[in-house]
Amino acid sequence: MESNRTVVAGTPRETVIVPRKGFNAIPLREIWEFRDLLTTLAQRDIKLRYRQTALGIIWVILQPLIGAGLFSFVFGSVAKLPSEGVPYMVFAYAGLMGWNVFQSTFTKASNSLVGNSGLVSKIYFPRLILPFSCAPAVLLDFLVSFGFLIVLLLAYHIAFTAALLALPLCFAFTLALAMGLGLMAGSLMVSYRDVVQIVPVLTQFLLYLSPIAFAASLVKERAGHVAQLLFPANPLVGIMESFRWSCLGRPVSDWGAVIYSGVFALVALVCGAVAFQRMERRFADVI
Amino acid sequence: MSSSNRVISVRDLVKEYRIAHQGDRPSTLAEAVLARIRQPMGATNRESFRALDEVSFDVQEGEVLGVIGRNGAGKSTLLKVLSRITEPTAGEVRIRGKVASLLEVGTGFHPELTGRENIFLNGSILGMRRREIERQFDAIVDFAEVERFLDTPVKRYSSGMYVRLAFAVAAHLNPEILIIDEVLSVGDAAFQEKCLGKMQGVSREQGRTVLFVSHHEAAVRGLCNRCILLSGGRIAAEGSPSDVYRVYRGDASNVDFSEKGRTMRAQGAVFRNAYWTVDGVPTRELLPSHLATLVLEVDVNTDQSFSVEFLIRDSAGQPVAFVPCGLIYGYTHTLPTGMYRFEIDVDLPIMASGEYSLELISGIPGKVMLDQIEHALRFSVNAPLLGSEGWDFRQDRGQGCLTMNVRDVRSSAQTSARVRA
Repeated sequence: MESNRTVVAGTPRETVIVPRKGFNAIPLREIWEFRDLLTTLAQRDIKLRYRQTALGIIWVILQPLIGAGLFSFVFGSVAKLPSEGVPYMVFAYAGLMGWNVFQSTFTKASNSLVGNSGLVSKIYFPRLILPFSCAPAVLLDFLVSFGFLIVLLLAYHIAFTAALLALPLCFAFTLALAMGLGLMAGSLMVSYRDVVQIVPVLTQFLLYLSPIAFAASLVKERAGHVAQLLFPANPLVGIMESFRWSCLGRPVSDWGAVIYSGVFALVALVCGAVAFQRMERRFADVI
Repeated sequence: MSSSNRVISVRDLVKEYRIAHQGDRPSTLAEAVLARIRQPMGATNRESFRALDEVSFDVQEGEVLGVIGRNGAGKSTLLKVLSRITEPTAGEVRIRGKVASLLEVGTGFHPELTGRENIFLNGSILGMRRREIERQFDAIVDFAEVERFLDTPVKRYSSGMYVRLAFAVAAHLNPEILIIDEVLSVGDAAFQEKCLGKMQGVSREQGRTVLFVSHHEAAVRGLCNRCILLSGGRIAAEGSPSDVYRVYRGDASNVDFSEKGRTMRAQGAVFRNAYWTVDGVPTRELLPSHLATLVLEVDVNTDQSFSVEFLIRDSAGQPVAFVPCGLIYGYTHTLPTGMYRFEIDVDLPIMASGEYSLELISGIPGKVMLDQIEHALRFSVNAPLLGSEGWDFRQDRGQGCLTMNVRDVRSSAQTSARVRA
């Protein structure tokens, strides 16, 4: 029996299982080892989303397009808000592109643990894989809607600028912000299902409190003092500004807001990952 | 051999769960915040429960270790800690080598995905690399016998196909250490046999280390070279399967008739003891086709008319016979409060040899259940070799025989040859 045992090259790695205390390092090496699982889960999400739909991937364009159409009707045609000299449709579409990256990452990441509770309670893997596996689907959506943005720019004869090259950076910071918040919400959701209810309400608030349907400069011109004071605290302000700057070549009204958003996003990501790791050890017992 | 061959070492492993009493545990954020405000130092009226209580053991390379014990003994918790799904409260585990654990068949299977997609999904969930799955793909499909339905979503599979596919993926895992929870109880008998054969291949031919939890005695005996018995979170016995099963039977026949042994709150007609007698002598071994008497001691405290029923289960826990004293035979009892002794004669049929257990139920027929004890009494049937051939009738051939009579056998040429059996 001994002779025909499969001999594994090198000495096998020893795993030590002991109770952990306090701060847990983020297991980057392990996440790398489980990268196949990450891609498989991401593939699953992408495949599943448009299965049994007639329009399939077209929904990725249709959703922001309908949203942008609605915004340009309500805020552009009816309320006659200014749109910084760009057709309202394109103005709203560029904002919604950024918003969709934020919204779908945040929602998916925060639901990823509870939605995969079967995996969490029966299989071992670094739990960060679950929220992280939401990102590829978001990226795919972003690429498709970016393709359509090009079509819109051509159709409305809007010039491309070098700022377009910074779009991947805008995407990355939005992803970081949404992932950080999603990690916090997701790990809280394991113990407290209230968060399931809070997440959609919060995103709805943010949709209207961020300059997506309207220009950020509008707040400076028309809002009261309190609103002017609180508005810049929203990290999405800078994000939306940067998206419009990159896509439409509009000048940024406040670079301070953009830098604030970038720093906020990175801090949120680190805090989210740390909070997640702290709560991770209880997931399988509580979920 | 030397200790360098030790692949798993478990030392003083403790897993504690905190169980809050009903209504105490905050399940909403608001309650949790309120609880913190009321008791800033943390909740005090929580009780802790040790699912594993200082468990220590070693597993050598190539060994197949069976873990047995009653429900709630800590078997699954042990496997969860070893597979790193949940963290221990204290103690230490050292594992050398790649571990794959299979605590459930088909974890992560998605109903909307096709069989092919699910093989890749499930394989990578179980820790297989993509290349490995591609290499094993044909073998998996072959084993599951689903090649015609590979591109059908598994939601359209029959439950048998689903389970076959799920097990097939797991069976082709190639870890150094395999941890398996009760998963052989799925599928039909033929497929179970195939799975068992596969597992034997994995452990014997490939020399892998396997940790195996099962209630299926035949499977444990067939696969394992060593067993540990868990009881109340502690190791109650360790050794060869037959030795450990001997302890287990002794342990299991001392059934707890106290409040703890029940899943429900007993009242009205509460069982206090149960045993078999043959010719007035208590016994735990019965002979088939003989008369045996079940003696029950019942604490009666209800003015309604109640009945007792009992259910016989085989060693795998499957019900094999129901003795419905009240429901079918119509025996109900209206008794003043007090302790009573019931003697119930049962004319045993021909039964397969092996271990059985008896579940006791009392209730008011059609209304309410008063008491229920799942494994109230364990007993064995030692069937003598049957018939002129001396056939050993065991539980894998069914659990009993029907009374029958071959009335007539004649050739199609109408020559009559009457045979009586």
